[in-house]
Amino acid sequence: MIQTEDLSKQFGDFLAVDGVTINVQPGQVLALLGQNGAGKTTTVRMLTSLLAPTRGWARLAGYDVVREPTRVRSLVGVLTEQHGLYLRMTAVEYLDFYGKVFRLDSATRQKRSAELLDYFGITEFARRPIGQYSKGMRQKLALARTLLHEPPVLLLDEPTSAMDPESARLVRQAIAGLRSANRTIIICTHNLVEAELLADKIAIIYRGRILTQGTVEELRRSLLGPAEYNVRLRNGWRPGTLNLPPGVTLTGETDAGPRFRVEDPLAANPELLKSLIASGAEVVAMQEVPHTLEEIYLAAMSKVNDA
Amino acid sequence: MPKRRQEALQIVWLVAWRELRDQLRDWRIIIPMFILTVILPFLANAGAQAAMNFASRYGTPLIAERLVPFLLLVVGFFPITVSLVIALEAFVGEKERGTIEPLLVSPLEDWQIYMGKLLAGTVAPLITSYLGIAVYLLGLVFQGIPLPDPNRMAQTLTLTTVQAFLMVSGAILISTQSTSVRAANLMSSFIIIPMALLIQGEAVMLFWGNDQVLWLAVAGVAVLTVLLARVGIAHFQREALLGREIDVLNLRWVGQVFWRAFKGQAKSVGQWYRLEVRAALRRQAPAIWVVTAIGLLSMAGGYALIQANLPSVSQDVMDEFSSILPVGVDVPSLDQFSFFYILGHNLRAVVVIFLLGLFSFGTLGALLFVLNTAVVGGLVSLLDVMGLSAWKVAVFGILPHGIFELPALVLSSASVLYVAIILVTPRSQRSLGEVSIEAIAECARLFVGVICPLFILAAAVETWVTPVLLSTFGG
Repeated sequence: MIQTEDLSKQFGDFLAVDGVTINVQPGQVLALLGQNGAGKTTTVRMLTSLLAPTRGWARLAGYDVVREPTRVRSLVGVLTEQHGLYLRMTAVEYLDFYGKVFRLDSATRQKRSAELLDYFGITEFARRPIGQYSKGMRQKLALARTLLHEPPVLLLDEPTSAMDPESARLVRQAIAGLRSANRTIIICTHNLVEAELLADKIAIIYRGRILTQGTVEELRRSLLGPAEYNVRLRNGWRPGTLNLPPGVTLTGETDAGPRFRVEDPLAANPELLKSLIASGAEVVAMQEVPHTLEEIYLAAMSKVNDA
Repeated sequence: MPKRRQEALQIVWLVAWRELRDQLRDWRIIIPMFILTVILPFLANAGAQAAMNFASRYGTPLIAERLVPFLLLVVGFFPITVSLVIALEAFVGEKERGTIEPLLVSPLEDWQIYMGKLLAGTVAPLITSYLGIAVYLLGLVFQGIPLPDPNRMAQTLTLTTVQAFLMVSGAILISTQSTSVRAANLMSSFIIIPMALLIQGEAVMLFWGNDQVLWLAVAGVAVLTVLLARVGIAHFQREALLGREIDVLNLRWVGQVFWRAFKGQAKSVGQWYRLEVRAALRRQAPAIWVVTAIGLLSMAGGYALIQANLPSVSQDVMDEFSSILPVGVDVPSLDQFSFFYILGHNLRAVVVIFLLGLFSFGTLGALLFVLNTAVVGGLVSLLDVMGLSAWKVAVFGILPHGIFELPALVLSSASVLYVAIILVTPRSQRSLGEVSIEAIAECARLFVGVICPLFILAAAVETWVTPVLLSTFGG
């Protein structure tokens, strides 16, 4: 549904996006994760035919972003970084205006507007000027605009930036509800929690380049290595007596017990447990060491810095 | 009208109507409009009444007669100045407020957004202007002051309308090329100053009572408006609108772009002549042909004009004209026509043609060229009327240096026309500044490579050869 190959953009001497290659299938949500100025917005602007790529190509729903810009724009819903609302209009007027822009007929406009206002809980305020809305309501209305013409592709640029936690949570819930089998979504964000909550795949972008991409699990494995397990023992830890199965390494120990790195948990964990029990250890619990997306992100960054 | 076209135009109105509704909800626009619709016409009525009283006391009815339509022009013009404020922030204001991007990522065509904004900037101020004019005219009726004649009223209304569109076209063009509302406001002097000069000129014409020139002004302003709108649409780039953040006058970049376009691919002067100058001539060929045709037509026109009008002028008037000419006009003596005088005069003329043409999309430059060539035709005709041998003067007095001078004049006038054509031609991925610098560089290529050498040859022949030929064979 969204395909790019070596997508690049240069502004004068500055290379804002450098060889971005992504492939997002229908029904998938990709989070483009990166700090401010990493090239997320530029990538989104190229995907919506606002900026012409200096190199490479991109196709949305089968249409080339350079050759068929109008077609691309009619198939994509874009939530821009700034909500872009006309503050003197009411929500009803605003959605009606954009409905006309997307050439929806009158009945469809009214039906879709009513549905979306209801879905985002703005119906009660629909006839008030948008200028009177809270930040969260504005963002939800902007999301409603994005969905008005039922686009198969959604590009959401920093959907919760500069929002209070409560509003951000509401908007995240709304976005989570937008997932469907045939809708493809790209979320640009620097918010790790948001990316982890909403995305199936994550692409970490740094200085215009995709450093790595994949599911959270794939990224964890590739950046932080095999999974680690903390074992809690009742009778204390005596390392000398333990016979470790293949693919298991002792990486540390705490007062409660040892920590092991396991290459293939499915095969090795039962063997590890057996060895522990055979060594006389009384196992109370065995738990995978949790790694947050933040650790994954920082690992990716430190790799870049080391390089 | 085909349905597709009609739908496309409906979208233009949709963009305009959205903005108009926004304007009508803003008290900062409504209040000045109300003042200009109601209060200003009353002040103008008071002025007209005072003028009538003054005229009746001192017996100067002409002043009052001309002041009434002048005030009509003023009452119509003031409200359309509001359009400038609205149009200047049409794009850049929306960019600053962050509302432009959702519009740009919609499936609207560039021209639909542009024309929508143009319409939105013009409609409200124009309605205010028409209402103001109506209030003023009603006031005149109640005061018992004679209304201006229908022709004058039609003229003022048309002038007001085209001026509003001109200001909005210019302001919207600025708005698409600015980085901030502040920058757009600073650049508005490029509209305000020429408009002020135009209004002053129109006021003079009104007091002079010259209808023909005023209608010409209407036509000129209309042409300029269309060209400005065309330039705006041709260079409207969503990318540039979003991408530009700060304005920096990068003289190095300007110099590099100019030099690259001037030099082309050439590695030596010879190669430059063979490849680049020839290429420039080839590209400008259509403009050269058009200008040549215009030149020939205006030459014929000048000849015909003198033939048709001069014999009817009485000898007395001619004598009188001859007697006042030396007093009023500083005619240089033949000794002053040195090589450098002629060369300087010619170069000054083409520079003026180029500069005037540059700021008027070639129209004022073309006008000067037409005047020049018409004078040549007129001169030959004058000699004919006076019973002198026109062909001898043409062959021995004009042709020897004219062979060089006239092509140079044609080339320089064609160059400015070429720049105008380039400016109104859409160029994707090129900024208006880049396109302008490149077009000027190409004209400079012809100026340095062809026009200047031709003028040098022409001045040499005119200084040292033509006088000899003329005195030997010209009779």
